[in-house]
Amino acid sequence: MNATVDAALAKSFGLNAEEYASVLAIMGRTPSLTELGIFSVMWSEHCSYKSSRVWLRELPTTAPWVIHGPGENAGVVDIGEGLAAIFKMESHNHPSFIEPYQGAATGVGGILRDVFTMGARPIANLNALRFGRPENPVTKRVVDGVVRGIGGYGNCVGVPTVGGEVNFHAAYDGNPLVNAMTVGIAQKDRIFLSAAAGIGNPVVYVGSRTGRDGIHGATMASAEFDADSDTKRPTVQVGDPYTEKLLIEACLELMATDAIVAIQDMGAAGLTSSSVEMAGKGGVGIELDLDRCPQRETGMTAYEMMLSESQERMLMVLRPDRQDLAQKIFEKWELEFAVIGHLTDTGRIVVKHHGRVEADIPLDPLAEMAPSYHRPYLEPPAPAPLGDVPDPIGIEAALLKLIASPDLCSRAWITDQYDSTVGGQTVKRPGAADAAVVRIEDHRLALALTTDCTPRYCAADPETGGAQAVAEAWRNLSAVGARPLAVTDNLNFGNPEKPDIMGQFVAALRGMGAACRALDFPIVSGNVSLYNETEGAAILPTPAIGGLGVLEDASTAIGVALGTGDTLVLLGITRGHLGQSLWLREIAGREEGAPPPVDLEAERRTGDFVRAAIQRGGVSACHDVSDGGLLVAVAEMVLAGGVGASLAPAPAGLAPHAYWFGEDQARYVVATQNPATLLREAAAAGLPAAVIGRAETGGLTLPGGVTISLAALRDAHTRFFPAWMAS
Amino acid sequence: MKSAIVIFPGTNRERDVAIALKQATGHRPALLWHRETALPDVDLVVLPGGFSHGDYLRCGAMAAQSPIMPALRAFAAKGGHILGICNGFQILTEAGLLPGALLRNASLRFISRDCHLRVERAGTVFTRHYQQGQVFRAPMAHGDGNYFAAPDTLKALEDEGRVAFRYVTPQGETAPEANPNGSIDSIAGIYSENLRVLGLMPHPEDLVDPLMGGTDGKPLFEGLTEALAA
Repeated sequence: MNATVDAALAKSFGLNAEEYASVLAIMGRTPSLTELGIFSVMWSEHCSYKSSRVWLRELPTTAPWVIHGPGENAGVVDIGEGLAAIFKMESHNHPSFIEPYQGAATGVGGILRDVFTMGARPIANLNALRFGRPENPVTKRVVDGVVRGIGGYGNCVGVPTVGGEVNFHAAYDGNPLVNAMTVGIAQKDRIFLSAAAGIGNPVVYVGSRTGRDGIHGATMASAEFDADSDTKRPTVQVGDPYTEKLLIEACLELMATDAIVAIQDMGAAGLTSSSVEMAGKGGVGIELDLDRCPQRETGMTAYEMMLSESQERMLMVLRPDRQDLAQKIFEKWELEFAVIGHLTDTGRIVVKHHGRVEADIPLDPLAEMAPSYHRPYLEPPAPAPLGDVPDPIGIEAALLKLIASPDLCSRAWITDQYDSTVGGQTVKRPGAADAAVVRIEDHRLALALTTDCTPRYCAADPETGGAQAVAEAWRNLSAVGARPLAVTDNLNFGNPEKPDIMGQFVAALRGMGAACRALDFPIVSGNVSLYNETEGAAILPTPAIGGLGVLEDASTAIGVALGTGDTLVLLGITRGHLGQSLWLREIAGREEGAPPPVDLEAERRTGDFVRAAIQRGGVSACHDVSDGGLLVAVAEMVLAGGVGASLAPAPAGLAPHAYWFGEDQARYVVATQNPATLLREAAAAGLPAAVIGRAETGGLTLPGGVTISLAALRDAHTRFFPAWMAS
Repeated sequence: MKSAIVIFPGTNRERDVAIALKQATGHRPALLWHRETALPDVDLVVLPGGFSHGDYLRCGAMAAQSPIMPALRAFAAKGGHILGICNGFQILTEAGLLPGALLRNASLRFISRDCHLRVERAGTVFTRHYQQGQVFRAPMAHGDGNYFAAPDTLKALEDEGRVAFRYVTPQGETAPEANPNGSIDSIAGIYSENLRVLGLMPHPEDLVDPLMGGTDGKPLFEGLTEALAA
């Protein structure tokens, strides 16, 4: 690349005129190409959070059990017994549309590195996926590629993929979302951070060699798509899960020693962001000699090496007297190990190549003068209320149609492609419970994990939708009996320069913040993905929530499978809210109304009761009521247990379709062998509770006597994916 | 019983096997890096699952050339007991310690789900705690588990009673829908001629604790421990 550095080139790198003026002010001269590249990626939306930073500060991030909140590679919480859970979620949306397999695969690889770079062994992966309409011709290819990519990477590195969620909607036709979450475990006094220290200490590069892939990936992720997005394919990285597996083992082996001063993975903006952030956080300078950088291709320039996003690479600062020890470990694992620089006292990043200084930038201004925008925003309009909606087809037909719909049908076609058992600690596999449950090896402790968001709620009312996403994650953890501890989030929105999109962002964060505060469920890590638009059309606002909870005793975890002799008890208040429900969309063909209101006090009271009831041992299965409403929840319990049920009629005063398919929040269906005890305890706690049915041999018997056989239910539930993929 | 697990670069189910062996024997197995050239004094060597060398070449082909393999061959030749699970089974076929090959799954997709296995040859050191014809459950998790062998090899395996397990329905019948990877004659696991080397695709080591959904895999490790007690 031999371009003249000027405002026009800066603009093509994503820096606007004011931002380029700041670059000139900091440098006091025209920057070199490499310097401009460094500024442009560090100040990209993806790396600088320039549109979101002022609002992220408003979110609650602390609690007595939070060890590290946002600002590190991942969030860290104390889970007891001297252990910490380290977790984060991150998007790989743009790459996954351009090249679904590699985009999704490297999304998994990147989030794994964020977690093991802090000293944790990864024990679980989850993923929150949003795709376009199944009828859209490209959707099938994207789904197939993304699922293969997630499996291809996660299966090979040997980290079980235990949970996640999938939605389909036209708004994702040109911009699918791939949000990957990793959870790891470390000794809580053995957490590794990224702040560099020790003038003169060696800066060491380990992992794969650097190639020309992914150059300017962070910049691409900070812009809208247009019709010729295919031309951006070279900005997508290529993953190598085998090298990642070796890197995990080598890093963990080295982390058992005292060799590491600081460590950071090379993620977005690769060598640039890792070196700048490590030195910047440590308040030191850094000098890199790129002649020593392991390279996969010949003739690479400093610009290319600094901006490459080649995968499976880490940067470390080592104790000089432990360098040989470290080198031996990486040689054993057959990985590159190169001292490519050292720390200085200059407060600058200096990059040398072929004996020439290619970049020399002061670090403080690079960080402190990074743009931060308080972008104009419009408060989202209140949704028009939904009037009465008649029932066009009846309960039975609606149920069969709903459980066969893309948003509610069995995910087995997907989860069967993910290794969910490797590690031998998976207590609740995908679909077995409201949250995945993974035990900690050699402990009784287990983690409960979930991802949640209801984008159609967020589109109709971002504040309620933001609160609902948090509440549902908290509910899903409570439903397995876990104590919810903390959240990682992945905030997927459209172009923040549009005031209505910015308004969605602001309102969703307000709702999330309120819910996190009310539920003592702080946000400890996360990622913002903006500019999710193609040809001007934005995605639904999708603040995906990754929830983590803890069970002191893994054997107390509860699943959703109904058992013989169980009675079904509904906890919570049912008003029959059909606005924005799946019934309304799939049966009445309308996406209208307000989402169900979220009463955080009721959520807390009901969830606390359910968790306590599970811990007392009085619950044999539990399922929260969410997408599809009460009857879908019951059908899922029946399908999971392979046991039928008969149901009592809807209470007087509620239309049956509103009762069975309304999506009122803060509700759980609990299966118990001792309904009298549960009802008495609920009454004592002031919670509405009612028996709605009983387990039966045979099928699912609806009020009025119609019985749907288990085979018919199962056929409806499992039909969609195999038929679609074969079509 | 003294046991060891060989770790190749890319092996990822060594911890699962170690848990199952520790549960059965009371102590942790030795872990051997693939660059070792000698085996310690052990009764059993396990080659666990994973993606050795990324499986970028034919699964197991590169691991079969590892420095430890001559020692493993010598161990087998002296009558040592070897268990190869999943990638370990693939490595044993590539190393010529077991006949046949593992091809891509017929669906061309990775398959991770529980399958049912029927014990075709009980009474070996591996199956002494199962009954002949017993059906048990095991998780499968592989992309290349479609067993294939030439007709004369298959005939020898059948004639000599060296088919260890077949994929079956929960009721114990072979059927196309119960044979998810498309293995020839529903073969899930086979023995060497001396019945001391077993390779199988599914993961009995992941079902040894009721908390993880069952203990169907436990008899394999308990049987081994009893049979190979010093």
